[in-house]
Amino acid sequence: MDSNGVLLEVKDLQVQYETRAGIVRAVDHVDLTIERGEVVGLVGESGCGKSTLGFSILRLIRPPGEIVGGEMLFDGEDLLKKSQSEMIRIRGKRIAMIFQDPMTCLNPLQRIDDHFVETIRVHEGHVSTEEAHEWAAKLVDSLGIISSRLSDYPHQLSGGMRQRVMIGLALVLNSDLIIADEPTTSLDVIVEAQILELMKHLREEFNLTMILITHNMGIVAELADRIAVMYAGKLMEVAGTVELYDRPLHPYTQGLLRSIPTIDLERQELATMPGSPPDLIEPPPGCRFYPRCPQAMEICSRMEPPVMGKANRHQVACWLYEDAF
Amino acid sequence: MSDNLVEVRNIKKWFPVQTSFVETLLSRKIDHVRAVDGVSFDIRRGEVFGLAGESGSGKTTMGRLIVRLVDPTEGHILFDGIDVATIAPGKMRELRRRMQVIFQDPTASLNPRMKVGEAIGHGLLIHGIARGEEKRQRVIEIMEKVGLTPAATLYEKYPHQLSGGQRQRAVIARALVLQPELVVADEPIAMADVSVRALLLKLMMDLKDEFDLTYLYITHDLATAKYVCDRIGIMYLGKIVEMGPLLEVYSRPLHPYTEALLAAVPVPDPRALREKALPEGEIPNPVNPPPGCRFHPRCAFAEDICKQEEPPLQHEGDGDHLVACHLYGALRR
Repeated sequence: MDSNGVLLEVKDLQVQYETRAGIVRAVDHVDLTIERGEVVGLVGESGCGKSTLGFSILRLIRPPGEIVGGEMLFDGEDLLKKSQSEMIRIRGKRIAMIFQDPMTCLNPLQRIDDHFVETIRVHEGHVSTEEAHEWAAKLVDSLGIISSRLSDYPHQLSGGMRQRVMIGLALVLNSDLIIADEPTTSLDVIVEAQILELMKHLREEFNLTMILITHNMGIVAELADRIAVMYAGKLMEVAGTVELYDRPLHPYTQGLLRSIPTIDLERQELATMPGSPPDLIEPPPGCRFYPRCPQAMEICSRMEPPVMGKANRHQVACWLYEDAF
Repeated sequence: MSDNLVEVRNIKKWFPVQTSFVETLLSRKIDHVRAVDGVSFDIRRGEVFGLAGESGSGKTTMGRLIVRLVDPTEGHILFDGIDVATIAPGKMRELRRRMQVIFQDPTASLNPRMKVGEAIGHGLLIHGIARGEEKRQRVIEIMEKVGLTPAATLYEKYPHQLSGGQRQRAVIARALVLQPELVVADEPIAMADVSVRALLLKLMMDLKDEFDLTYLYITHDLATAKYVCDRIGIMYLGKIVEMGPLLEVYSRPLHPYTEALLAAVPVPDPRALREKALPEGEIPNPVNPPPGCRFHPRCAFAEDICKQEEPPLQHEGDGDHLVACHLYGALRR
């Protein structure tokens, strides 16, 4: 991967939800850097804050959720300082999103090509409707959609086709950054594999910069250049994909990798991880993972480990590596 | 006593497609979704039999047919020699104690207004097995077995006060407290997180040994099936296309669809650049399934015979491995 400069720098981001039971710190002081041209996998279990982080970048957090602190430098400018109208121009144009469920994201009363025309014309007013149709027709070919399907309504398409349309809508304006939130989770295995193949192909063709949010370690292994592991609102480990699979440092990452089921017939034992993720209203003091950690030490229950290691190298938030960096 | 706890014979379930009243008046033909369309298999005592396939393959309907949550259109299901398909409703209740279901979504499976302990013990009341203090004792006992501890405290909690993993444990406890012989587990871990999944699977397997259970394990996930199933049937559009011992099916898949399903499972290894032979398109509409072999429009190897004749599910050699493919002999490598 070439280093083409930083596109997005998330600094000390804090997002919380106010609930009747108390304040849930869904994203708690998280730093993350995305370089141009790379695919970063953001992985973790449900409730770890990965989707909240993704939605925060587009400032799509709705009350009772709120971004309460931090900075998000996108191309040098802080997204948190942008006005609503500026954000509207950024969303869909400079930062696009692919959501999990294409059926709820497409307008059931609009033909597929009208989705494209609308997306294009909202941001590129000078483009005529005819031209926008042409753009769409050109693009769908690389998406594996026959152009005659453009006049269909969403319900006439299969789940996989709908997700191809969603991906197309994210690509049509050549956005600088694409955030894909569980893009294949609602799809069947074979269709999921087809869409993954498509995304691999598209990232080459369009030189995409992407944040891929998923709980599936198999998917990031195929698509991501770097992986960021989140747990209970915190960033636990960041590393290059091969490095992370070869040499996971954080006990949580290690456990996560061991407990992934595979179809490899040699591996018959499935490792287990005791307990479940903590309550984010009253998280344990110290490291969030220590109650489940097989290597917990005395310090882990008292003090929160900082993220250690150099940015863009292997980083980990764990006291085990205090002396290693 | 037969070796088979369940024998499914040529079972069909066709759901009528809802049409408007006017359409019904104007046409005599009612379309059907052929969810399960002529399926036969056995579940042997003490084994874990898996049914795997994509959504729309009919695997869930098949599970529901066995416990008769839906009535079959045609065919027979023998549970311990008794035909579930034709049994009188009153007799069915006694059978239901012997066959329990674990569904995918534990939150939807538990009454939000019933305390967890009460929910687990509800079946004991309904079947007149135990009440009062005895019921409570039995519930506490099973809660400890499934790891819902401290049981006395959790007994009094409501489902929303439990974590997702705990709720699924409660559902498992509720199924097992009746000491069933068969447990139909329909995607029991699909909603759980990776770190919790492994624990639930392990729990289910430990309980199987302890309670002498037989499982029907329904899943779309071939990777987790590997850890639990002894034998597996692969379903496609209402049919079983391949069936056999799991190791056999995974190491030597005979049907091109099975092969594709196995190839499609994401490999958690960034170095594994698999050569993928993915079939084109998606699972077709089960209202008008393709003639001949249902997989032929997506099959890279399809020949003329595949378009005309439906291949029967046949033994490969004299083993336990069955496949429904005209060409498996020629395709075998």
